[in-house]
Amino acid sequence: MNTGFSPLRLVFGNHSPSMRIALISTALTIVCLIWIYPFLWMVSTSLKSNMEMFANPSLLPQEFAWDNYRRAWVEANMGRYFFNTLIVTAGSVILVTASTAMLGYVLGRYNFPGRTAFFVGFVATVFIPQGFTIIPVFELLSMMGLSANLFGLTLATSGHAMVVFVVLFAGYFSQLPKELEEAARVEGVSFFKIFWYVMLPLARPMVVTVVIMQVLHAWNDFLLPLVVTLANPAIRTLSVGIYAFKGEQSIDWTGMSAAATISIVPVVILFVLLQRYFINGLAGAIKG
Amino acid sequence: MSILETLRVYRFHYFMMLPGLLLAGLFVFYPILAAIFYAMHEWSGFTAKKVFNGFDNFLILFQDPIFWNAFGRSIVFLIGTVPLQMTISLALAMILNMQLLKLSTVFRTMIFLPVVTPVAVIGIIWTFLLSPFNGPVNSLLLDIGLVSQPIDFLGSTNSVMPSVIGVYVWKWLGITMIYWLAALQTVPDDVYDAARLDNCKGYRLAFYVILPIIKPFLLAILLISSVAALNVFPLIMSMTNGGPFFSSEVMEIFIYRTAFATDDGSIPQLGYAAAAGVLFGAVLLGLTALKGHSTLRDRKTTPGSDA
Repeated sequence: MNTGFSPLRLVFGNHSPSMRIALISTALTIVCLIWIYPFLWMVSTSLKSNMEMFANPSLLPQEFAWDNYRRAWVEANMGRYFFNTLIVTAGSVILVTASTAMLGYVLGRYNFPGRTAFFVGFVATVFIPQGFTIIPVFELLSMMGLSANLFGLTLATSGHAMVVFVVLFAGYFSQLPKELEEAARVEGVSFFKIFWYVMLPLARPMVVTVVIMQVLHAWNDFLLPLVVTLANPAIRTLSVGIYAFKGEQSIDWTGMSAAATISIVPVVILFVLLQRYFINGLAGAIKG
Repeated sequence: MSILETLRVYRFHYFMMLPGLLLAGLFVFYPILAAIFYAMHEWSGFTAKKVFNGFDNFLILFQDPIFWNAFGRSIVFLIGTVPLQMTISLALAMILNMQLLKLSTVFRTMIFLPVVTPVAVIGIIWTFLLSPFNGPVNSLLLDIGLVSQPIDFLGSTNSVMPSVIGVYVWKWLGITMIYWLAALQTVPDDVYDAARLDNCKGYRLAFYVILPIIKPFLLAILLISSVAALNVFPLIMSMTNGGPFFSSEVMEIFIYRTAFATDDGSIPQLGYAAAAGVLFGAVLLGLTALKGHSTLRDRKTTPGSDA
């Protein structure tokens, strides 16, 4: 019998498995509630009046001040920033997923002149931080006349993070079996149709992973939108818009909290819905 | 085979790569070359003329203590966050991977919440929570008598880095946990069955059975986390702006401040900032190459590893 002591046994003693699960669950509940305290505080503050916020430290507001949300959405322009962020995120997800899947597919499965050069180029640039290239990227956008609109921001957001996805896709495609593809080719299916109908569906775990990682990246991105929108407040994203709250003399904490709450709701919903696919997709992706 | 012949034979391949290559060319490869080019110029502002000055920027950088301090702080940040983040998230992932734990999904979502929250929001919320005036954290510490005076977490040069490191780990722990959970999915069920038959559980199961199986993922997760820890600009920008007195100024803040001159009255030095980026990037690339080399070596001995 196992008589060695384990930390769990020290804490929980010799309880039955279900008892242990109950104890672990309780412990985790407490840890998680402390963990998300900042969010509880944020949501609670977003429902208090500016007066009450400093006077009442309790998480439960005395009366709900829905006006904060109206102020954030209308006066602080969060509605507009929300829309901007949505466009940039959706646009960059489509651009990045499509272009990196195709690029990774060709790089990962075919040998052609120039392949090694491209591959080395991508792997070598995976670890270049954003700060390194922000100046030329900004200049390039200005030169192309795209520094003042959402299209330019979408393009740059896509370009900045794509390298690692190319490498991931190439790795994933390279380990898929050859048989299906060859059978399709014998049947006379064209190059593009093989990719679209045979190979891409096989790479679904990787596609899901890339979509979620790009959503997180675009929704979180800060340096690029900050620099691009320095002169164009109209195309600010949520991150930059909320940051702008801080620049003012006295911070409108309750309005800011309402804006912040608005900004996290869509991504939280997305994660809750897609969580299972995300973990399975990642697992499938790193297995390769 | 002539170039035209090659292009014809592989036209589908090249065509399919075109969108990706275009995007990467514009926003990855060109900017890197351009940054190196700018690094050899004196250039004050986007409208100003660039004046070639060779390696002057680099020579000045070598003697600029503010640059080296920022450089060092980026490294301290890396060492302060990554190991902490990786060990805590691994432990959590192992607990949350237990099949009997019914509420696992709820816990995962709660721990993941900071990850999906825009960094600017996180920075501003924590600025308030950690504030020495009425901040909830200080109120709590005062109430339970741990401190007699409020701590100015973000306003004192001693405590600012640990505070930022703490918030960073809190913010990104969830994503590392997801990576570990994904790695744990690759452990076959019969391993758990066999371990149960041998009456191996708790920390012994974790250390001697599971850990060796998921070890190949360690390097990949380490690399991803390290890269992330160097891109810490948004968090520090929204919490401290690099202050007080530059004491939380990491490399990217240094570049941003030098390039876009956020201090009142100073002149933007785009060439100098680019040179700082190039120097920092070169060191990172060197480290990556070293790591990549060891990855390749490991890969030969452990099939199935990914990096």
